[in-house]
Amino acid sequence: MSDQVLSRDDLPVTTEGDVVTVRRRAQAVAQARGLGTFAVAAVTTAASELARNTLTHGRGGDASVEAVARDGRQGVRLTFRDQGPGIADLSRALAGGFSTARSLGLGLSGSRRLVDEFDIDTTPGKGTVVTVIKWARF
Amino acid sequence: MARGSIPILRVGDNLLVTVQTDLHDAVAEAFQEDLLAAIEKTGAAGLLIDVTGLDIVDSYVARVLADTAKMARLMGTDTVIVGIRPEVAATLVRMGYTMSGVRTALNVDDGLAMLPARR
Ligand SMILES: Nc1ncnc2c1ncn2[C@@H]1O[C@H](COP(=O)(O)OP(=O)(O)OP(=O)(O)O)[C@@H](O)[C@H]1O
Ligand SMILES: [Mg+2]
Repeated sequence: MSDQVLSRDDLPVTTEGDVVTVRRRAQAVAQARGLGTFAVAAVTTAASELARNTLTHGRGGDASVEAVARDGRQGVRLTFRDQGPGIADLSRALAGGFSTARSLGLGLSGSRRLVDEFDIDTTPGKGTVVTVIKWARF
Repeated sequence: MARGSIPILRVGDNLLVTVQTDLHDAVAEAFQEDLLAAIEKTGAAGLLIDVTGLDIVDSYVARVLADTAKMARLMGTDTVIVGIRPEVAATLVRMGYTMSGVRTALNVDDGLAMLPARR
């Protein structure tokens, strides 16, 4: 993807407070790039879910919050990286309703439905990288 | 937010709590404990949780709210969650989190009308 990067913040995801910081940053960038109220709420919620996964399942990592442009559109791109256990059964984790934490298992599948682009790269034993984009509509 | 700092108001036989801060980790637990203790102390018939101040509700916060309602129910107190914003409702449904089993109302007045007075 050759999106133009307009701004970039790299943030740690190692504490509960970091999850809030990443979420607030994603929200601010989304608002600044002209996303509507519903789109801002969607990408902010996805940021919260994915950052929490990085923290709890990935044993911590980091996140990038970027403002990006492609074909005259602007949006926010979020990348979450960890060197945790990876996801052994990705299709099951993405289907929703599956959790190794006895939770609802809606974070990953739900985030996917909240954004315009969703990409996940995971290697068992090595870690996980999740990248999502939400575009402003005109 | 420190322990015990969420203002809990009495409105007739009911309790009204306004959530403004993120309900995360320790805060969420303190929130639940404070509310349950207030229910015991006051014998409230109903509990209204006003979430108008929350601009996002992720699955974690949604679960805290739903669990709190279940805990209150075990004590014999009905909960109504009021003031879920349009964008929050849309986001929760799109994620597949419908908060089923939790009673909701548009605003505090409507929520109060759903809670019959105990006496
Ligand atoms: N970064 C990650 N590293 C390792 N495993 C992960 C990661 N993210 C998700 N997973 C795996 O995918 C599963 C599904 O994730 P998802 O966020 O949907 O559910 P959850 O976090 O278990 O519950 P919740 O509904 O509270 O988010 C997790 O239980 C976990 O096994
Ligand atoms: Mg999750």
